[in-house]
Amino acid sequence: MNISLNITKTITELLSGFMPESAANIGAMVTIALIYLAIFAVAGLYLVLLERKVAAWFQLRLGPNRVGPWGLLQTMADALKLVSKELTGTVKADKFLYNLAPYFVIVSSLMALSVFPFTQEFQAFDINIGLFFLIAISSIGVIGILLGGWASNNKFALIGAMRSGVQTISYELSVGLSLLTMVLLTGTLQLSEIIEVQKNGWLIVQGHIPAVIAFMIYMIAGTAETNRAPFDMVEAESELGAGFHTEYSGMKFAYFFLAEFINMFIIAAIATTVFFGGWLSPFGITESIPWLGVFWFIGKTFMLVFLMMWFRWTFPRLRVDQLLTLEWKYLLPLNLLNIVLMALIVWLGFTIQL
Amino acid sequence: MSYFGDIYKGIKTLLTGMSVTGKYFLTSRKGAITQQYPDNRETLKMFERFRGEVVMPHDENNEHRCTGCQKCELACPNGSIEIIWDRQIDPESGKKKKMIDKHIYHLGMCTMCGLCIEACPTDAIVWAQNFENSVYDRSYLTKVLNQPGSKLKAGVEE
Repeated sequence: MNISLNITKTITELLSGFMPESAANIGAMVTIALIYLAIFAVAGLYLVLLERKVAAWFQLRLGPNRVGPWGLLQTMADALKLVSKELTGTVKADKFLYNLAPYFVIVSSLMALSVFPFTQEFQAFDINIGLFFLIAISSIGVIGILLGGWASNNKFALIGAMRSGVQTISYELSVGLSLLTMVLLTGTLQLSEIIEVQKNGWLIVQGHIPAVIAFMIYMIAGTAETNRAPFDMVEAESELGAGFHTEYSGMKFAYFFLAEFINMFIIAAIATTVFFGGWLSPFGITESIPWLGVFWFIGKTFMLVFLMMWFRWTFPRLRVDQLLTLEWKYLLPLNLLNIVLMALIVWLGFTIQL
Repeated sequence: MSYFGDIYKGIKTLLTGMSVTGKYFLTSRKGAITQQYPDNRETLKMFERFRGEVVMPHDENNEHRCTGCQKCELACPNGSIEIIWDRQIDPESGKKKKMIDKHIYHLGMCTMCGLCIEACPTDAIVWAQNFENSVYDRSYLTKVLNQPGSKLKAGVEE
């Protein structure tokens, strides 16, 4: 397997100056891991703040504006409060699984972040099956949700967790197939090469009609996979309390909460990489300044995150049967048709190359 | 082909919904309905339909519109209103007439249901828009609505 650690190289060289080589390698990996953890813990907190602000603006409110300028420190204060809270649990809970579940969820969502190429040089883990790795990792999170729901010994949590299982397993199919449609165009699963292909035009332009259909299916299925409204039957407040994390408190609850927002970021980041050219600037306007790629990547990702928030504050929640009808009767057949269409277009050379 | 028709209709209705919320999002900066209360305490004006407490408006001659019919007292579901009245001789016509002595309103018991105001035939009591009703002693919550020395406005009873 061809694994290269792009940004670790410089740190490894720095560390190997005063360390044996193996220790320097491990040291570099730990440093990168800590940097990523710090960045994305804070990014997750600010995504929560963004969600609250956007929700407020959709509802003609102001949103949090008391802690710090424009409320920028609000979620920091919330996190501080959650850290200081007592960790409660049910008496008959399965203690081991109950404590394991939040880490399962947060670790699986943080792992997925390692493969994204934020810019040409800023990619921790350039794996040759990157897209496959992302799809695999993002479906591990549901095990944590199922564990949490089962181990809480609470019937509402269990119902919520089972709904999550149904939903994620169904929509996993659509996410995978819509990304596979784009892989037909790129011919590779490696994320850095997928972006390399898009130097002749973003894939949503290259693949025109089937790419747009694939993007729509991907956004619907991606929203469903993160268990966000309108697909948030997992935590349908009116029916289930808080769903699978009803019995969690303090930092364990915060892990679930943070994981939901990081998952949203991941879904948007995959869409950015696969459909909208990742760190490439539109029409190559900033090609001479490579580090600006980070801003293009983050900017595009946040546009898509905003789209998901727009969904959340517009659409009402679906019933379970409506959810399954949407997946199995509409998205899946359309997706399969779409793959055939894309294959024909690639075969006949009808793609648009700029 | 209702299958593809359904898909078309579904996408169209979803986009309609998104355009509605999108418009709200874009205008939210100007039209936010949030009141940042303790900051704008001086300028804050509550909206017309706000139910603060029941008051009895008096005009400049210290005259109110309450005839003492007790319909509000009967309409009140939890007895927040008590009316103390007696028959007095009307100085103008010389006849005996029912007049209120005290219109007592227990704000501490009131649930702001508004049935008394709907029941009032002469619009003698109305909603006030004030909302800072907290006091240190609950006896302050028992209010006499008619001002001392006030009398019925002429022409209300006709």
